Amino acid sequence: MRRQRDNATTRSIAVGGLARVEPRVWRGAMPVQFLYTAGAAGERFFQTLKRKGIFTATHCEECRLTYLPPRLYCERCFADLSDTWRDVTPVGRVYTFTIVHVDREGGPLSSPELVAFVRIDGTDGGLVTRLLEIAPEDVRIDMSVEITLAPPRKRRGTLEDILGFRPARSVAKRPFTRR
Amino acid sequence: MAKPARAVRKMDAPPWLALRGSPLSDDEFHGKVSTTSWIPRLEYGWDAGIAISRFLEGLKAGKILGVRCRVCGRTVTPPRAFCELDFRPMDDWVELADTATINTYSICYVTWDLKPLRKPQIPAVVEIDGTTPRVGFLHLIGGVNGSSVEAIRKQLRVGMPVRAVWKKPHQRAGAITDILYFEPVKRHPER
Amino acid sequence: MKRKPRRKVAVIGAGLSLFMRRALETGKELSYYAASQALETAGVRLKDIQAVVMATAPDAFDGVHMKGDWLLDGAGGVRKPYTRAYVGGGSGVFSIISGWTLVASGLFDLVLVVGEEKMSSCQPHPQGAFLTIFDHTIERPLGPNLLWIFSLEQHRYMSSYGIRNEDIALVSVKNKRNALNHPAAQVAANLSVKDVLASDVVAWPVHRLMVSPVSDGAAAIVLAAEHVARRLSEKPVWVQGVGWSLDTSYWGNRDLAYPRYVERAARMAYGMAGISEPRKEIHIAEPYDPFAYKELHHLEGLLLADRGKAPDDLARGRFDRTGELPTCPSGGLMGVGNPIAAAGVMKVCELFWQLRGEAGARQIPGNPERGVAQAWGDLMQIGTVAVLGVH
Repeated sequence: MRRQRDNATTRSIAVGGLARVEPRVWRGAMPVQFLYTAGAAGERFFQTLKRKGIFTATHCEECRLTYLPPRLYCERCFADLSDTWRDVTPVGRVYTFTIVHVDREGGPLSSPELVAFVRIDGTDGGLVTRLLEIAPEDVRIDMSVEITLAPPRKRRGTLEDILGFRPARSVAKRPFTRR
Repeated sequence: MAKPARAVRKMDAPPWLALRGSPLSDDEFHGKVSTTSWIPRLEYGWDAGIAISRFLEGLKAGKILGVRCRVCGRTVTPPRAFCELDFRPMDDWVELADTATINTYSICYVTWDLKPLRKPQIPAVVEIDGTTPRVGFLHLIGGVNGSSVEAIRKQLRVGMPVRAVWKKPHQRAGAITDILYFEPVKRHPER
Repeated sequence: MKRKPRRKVAVIGAGLSLFMRRALETGKELSYYAASQALETAGVRLKDIQAVVMATAPDAFDGVHMKGDWLLDGAGGVRKPYTRAYVGGGSGVFSIISGWTLVASGLFDLVLVVGEEKMSSCQPHPQGAFLTIFDHTIERPLGPNLLWIFSLEQHRYMSSYGIRNEDIALVSVKNKRNALNHPAAQVAANLSVKDVLASDVVAWPVHRLMVSPVSDGAAAIVLAAEHVARRLSEKPVWVQGVGWSLDTSYWGNRDLAYPRYVERAARMAYGMAGISEPRKEIHIAEPYDPFAYKELHHLEGLLLADRGKAPDDLARGRFDRTGELPTCPSGGLMGVGNPIAAAGVMKVCELFWQLRGEAGARQIPGNPERGVAQAWGDLMQIGTVAVLGVH
């Protein structure tokens, strides 16, 4: 129910009259930056990668799950996995991939990028990574790939130490995988 | 890092089990452990909305506008499109005085990111004359001398009348900062 | 409150991580530390838990969008009904209320509630995110600082009742001292009122030592329906009443000297708990204390002190650990630390231990039977209240 507008009082000015208001947009920003630790498990993962050039994973005996990236705990049963570390060779298989033609702003890329999720052999996990040394038309689901790391002196103990994965030079045996 | 974090503190108190966690010093955080940084550009264009757009127009013209609820009778500023208590349109616009009363103030010596300020900011909640009591409005107090708590407190008190100090008309942009600050007045004008 | 719920709900386990300025652990790992400890003390396994409530404040602190979902596995929520409870600083106690509704409604018998915050990721200071609490058009252009709203409110509280800053500084002294006995504590200390007032003025009347710290940490509890609680626990602590209420978002329009929204929330919780004389029937309180004055402000809103008189009660020792109404015997946010949502859950953990007589060096005397925990947040407009007791 709309009430009668009151134009009579001298203190009221052009009541309602939304048409006369020019809507305004106010610009601003949220001034935040972030510095993330890798966490207790992540710290060990990246330091191992930096020093030894290999992955390290944790394992839940009860649920028969091997976590890569490693976790301190099993997400299914909450078992403490901090004493279950095992070394893992950084080889795996292409679980799925995509060919990216545009950058984050939507502009064209000079050459398409291959982005894949690689399941790491002997684990139940994997990583999002780039595929290197291969043409898009040659990539196949389930093909074997191996890691390409930054040279040891350039590694900083972050994800950027992993440049990507390339086709495996020796064909590995098909790993035992669990669902 | 060798082992992941384990118990670092146990006391004669519950939960009896050792509490876990790995506190880092500032140095460790900035260099010793693996960290990843992200500097996002979080930029927004916020719609000022119907009521505030009109309020900003008023400021540009050197006027403080308010709105009155025809149900509860409250007169408020900054204006709003609807009364949040009665859920009715608040479209009875009024022009208010540019004088006010200090409800509360503070003397702030740090910026938001905790950098020291030599000349403090004096934020205040002021009640604009003509609004319903307790309808406060956030702005700044200026026109006081000195920068110590003692010096400033001698010149300000809760309940003191203040008056808006405006930017010159040609400098106004239709922004809350068109009012530079509120400064103490000697004589309280009639409400 | 329309109708009093029939199903009784108990807390049967509680757990914490350390509270720290900067943790190596991720938020997920901190959540796991607290959640797994709560399960262990309750004597239940994750597979027994039927639903999980996660409390965590703004996404921008952790710098993770949809942080509730991201924390899922650390909170034990994988493949379960999972909810994020979020009302800013009030989230910790609100998460208990959310968990309580899930059990009291009869939907579930065993629910895990986890609170987490990792504020150290946010650089240079989490205030960069906090700032957006101010209106973008009519407040942020003034160059505000989060401290403003608290210092403005404290000053109004002081000027309304003639309270001195010395009276308020005593809250910091008490809570930081209480925290010396708390194993999770980040900023426990033995200080005097003089020390507090000698610390830098950040925003008069607020001094640095009257502000709780920036913290990383997690806390958790396990809630159970009556038949499950009686089977699993020798000493269940019952959630006797809950309440919450939000006042207008136009914060300048509120009476800054008195938190009416806390009173509304408290009246709802007390009504449910059958409390008519809170000062006689409540033996221990964990009011929310992110700033020293807030504890006093909230004790008045909780109807545990007369308006403007909480400072007098504090000065005469009423709120000491051995006083008539011990408040923040844990050490509170001022002493244990303030990982926002986790801090509210920590307060409920404290009531759990105190009411079971298990608080060790922190134990208050006299076999307390009933306590109240309260948190506060959003744009200083919400009160969240939970009453716990042994019957």
